[in-house]
Amino acid sequence: MSKINFLKPDKENLNTFLYLGSFLFLISVLDVSLNSFFSLNITGFLPGFLSFLLPLILGFVGLYFIRIELSGNKKLDLLNKNINTNNFNAVLSLLIIFIIIKSIPPILSWFYIDASFAGDSKDVCTGSGACWTYIKVWMRRFMYGMYPNAEQWRINLSFIALALLGSVGYFTTDRFKKYLTLYYVVIYPFIAFLFIFFFISGGPVFFDFSYGIIAAILSIILGFFIPNRFKFYYFLIVPFTLYVLLKYFIFYEELIELGKLDGLNWVETGAWGGLSLTFIISFFCLIFCFPIGMAFALGRRSGFPLIRYISVGFIEFWRGVPLITVLFMSAVMFPMFLPEDFFIDKLVRAIIAISLFEAAYVAEVIRGGLQALPRGQYEAAKSLGMGYWKMHIFVILPQALKLVIPGIANTFLALVKDTPLIFVVGLLEIVGMLNLAKTNPEWLGFAMEGYVFAAIIFWIICYAMSKYSYNLEQKYKTDR
Amino acid sequence: MNFKLKDIVPQLITVLAVVLVFGFFTYNAQVNMENRGIDFGYGFLSQESSFDVQFSLIEYDGSHSYFRAYLVGLLNTILVSVIGIIFATILGVIVGIARLSPNYLINQFAAFYVEFFRNIPLLLQIFFWYFAALRALPLPQDAEPMFGVTYLTIKGLFVPAFIWQNFNIFFYSLVAAIIAIIVIKTHAKKVQETQGKQIPVLLISLGLILILPLLSFLIGGVRLSFEVPVLKQLATTSFIYEGGVSLPPELIALTLSLSLYTATFIAECVRAGIQGVGKGQKEAAASIGLTPNQVLKLVVMPQALRIIIPPTTNQYLNLTKNSSLAAAIAYPDLVLVFAGTALMQTGKAIEIVSITMFTYLTLSVSISILMNWYNKKIAITEK
Repeated sequence: MSKINFLKPDKENLNTFLYLGSFLFLISVLDVSLNSFFSLNITGFLPGFLSFLLPLILGFVGLYFIRIELSGNKKLDLLNKNINTNNFNAVLSLLIIFIIIKSIPPILSWFYIDASFAGDSKDVCTGSGACWTYIKVWMRRFMYGMYPNAEQWRINLSFIALALLGSVGYFTTDRFKKYLTLYYVVIYPFIAFLFIFFFISGGPVFFDFSYGIIAAILSIILGFFIPNRFKFYYFLIVPFTLYVLLKYFIFYEELIELGKLDGLNWVETGAWGGLSLTFIISFFCLIFCFPIGMAFALGRRSGFPLIRYISVGFIEFWRGVPLITVLFMSAVMFPMFLPEDFFIDKLVRAIIAISLFEAAYVAEVIRGGLQALPRGQYEAAKSLGMGYWKMHIFVILPQALKLVIPGIANTFLALVKDTPLIFVVGLLEIVGMLNLAKTNPEWLGFAMEGYVFAAIIFWIICYAMSKYSYNLEQKYKTDR
Repeated sequence: MNFKLKDIVPQLITVLAVVLVFGFFTYNAQVNMENRGIDFGYGFLSQESSFDVQFSLIEYDGSHSYFRAYLVGLLNTILVSVIGIIFATILGVIVGIARLSPNYLINQFAAFYVEFFRNIPLLLQIFFWYFAALRALPLPQDAEPMFGVTYLTIKGLFVPAFIWQNFNIFFYSLVAAIIAIIVIKTHAKKVQETQGKQIPVLLISLGLILILPLLSFLIGGVRLSFEVPVLKQLATTSFIYEGGVSLPPELIALTLSLSLYTATFIAECVRAGIQGVGKGQKEAAASIGLTPNQVLKLVVMPQALRIIIPPTTNQYLNLTKNSSLAAAIAYPDLVLVFAGTALMQTGKAIEIVSITMFTYLTLSVSISILMNWYNKKIAITEK
């Protein structure tokens, strides 16, 4: 047995140091835990300052003793490597452990132990914990806004149907895989639109929108029969012309009638709200901002100077202003720019504004992908005799989009997180509803519960989206 | 000149479409304004505004012009952005480095922080801090002083004000110190390049920046005193602190949420930047005999900064734009004062929204131009 130097832990006295160090470390953790869970202060006899610092000192000495390099004990080595490489790291590790132990009881008691769940009035919330009764009572408003209670099955049914239709991609056989893109880009949005138009609204809300969508679908279908060399001009002219034709030569009253299903009441967009509105807005903005962004990304890389300048101007303009001013514009300025009898619903205006705004960001992301592709890809495609559109659709864009999956996912995340801003135009999605509920005289003082509730929902949505995008990125990662 | 029809037609059609759309909008705007009896013009900027703003950096009340109100809003926006940027940078750099720490607990803690704050909408965070967290603070009469002179209450943060005498001398001494440091730095670089000697620049600069202002206190007659906030009774149950500087709770909630939110993005930029420096670079630097500190200072950081700075500037820009969310909690920033109150009073929708947008546009375009210039300057010239 050699002499023990306590200032220099070594391998020879491994067991001594290990037991001593772990003992000290455990005592420090025990002290903090007792203090935190049972509010016992076992070091209370010491002067205040020392009593406060004692666990840290004990833990530090303990960790110092067990910091023995290449001890031969695998678990100890792993521990040392991960939380105990040097004095500074040891202190930080201890602090983090203590903070975690300290913060568990208050959070737990607020969330669960002292919280009230039962009942349906404010009276049950007497404890010091959260009042989840408040959330329970207001649940329908947080989910559906002012949508009439009796009609809410329409929203549920539409969302379930859309979710089922959206999951088609997972179940298709190889035979139908090639149609998936067409399905998701054209057919699925159209079905979703029909659901919202006929079912959730049940009235003439989206009539102006419907012209645009019908014009787009018609022109895409007709587009298959147009020879390649005219396709550009075709898509430049026909959709807009169709839109104008539909708008001014077919009476919209007929479409309004078309929008009504027998037996369904019209629920105007002002009554929509809550989480369902968040979903509706995110969904449509997501669908619209992607093609617009792609078009401007291509425009910015176009060989035609005028088209390039216009694209640059568009992108920089939208990227330079905050979304809130864009929504202000759509609320107060945009109506001035339209003919007097021309009315666009405020939800549609908000969707247009957010789509254009996010499109600029999508455009920049896609441009990054286009620039990252080696020139050889363009040249190879050209040397095969492909034209501009063929080259981009079959060679460039598939590769570029794969590269920018994380960027696009970030933009979509930003979009979802931006939806609460529509309070500017007077629409109340979940955060707006929370603020409304908070000011209800019968339920004053429960702001915290509401915000925590919304934060959890948004966190789950956003975290799930970011993890999904990470999976996509891994799935489509191709080595080049 | 070899004009091809194929090149001209698409451009012409696009331009035509844009012109048509804009023309359509302008025509409608004219008709609408005529019908409603509104005339277009920026003359209202010099009219008396006759509304009050809660918090303002410059002297302002209802008798000042709308332009002055615009300036108040702009300054408030800049104030909250600058404070937010400073805190977000400090926090972001710490968290970014912590995410690369070999210590498992620390990097998991940092990762948790990033994942947590990044995935919650900023507006929700602002509401949370303003309506829920800061409402739990004590009333002014119950507040415990921090450091004896600072009070954090439900009505805001009250800190002592600095009262300077001969502030300009102090300022000149600071400027002189900075100039001296720059001169010494260039000189040190020259010496190192020609003679290979190293001058301890950091020590000298630290000394200069401490000693010169200190001298101004001793010799230049600069005096610094504090005005401490004092509790004052307004009514039987209403108290407020007077004297010192008061920061409204809106400003606190806004800077807190903006910096916590933006710091997560900056942390990711920092992490990506440091990870982006190739391992070979560090090994090569170590193999020519540089110490770990020198490796970090001379090899890793210059390369990492090249990756870090562009996206971080973007985040600064985002923070500035996001500060417009202030309107939601009634912090008098540009959007609330100008696009909110002034718009309501004058009804000049087009003028006011366009001025507001143009202001933000100028801010971001000027920063992008600066950024492009910087990028070009530091870009590695490839052969």
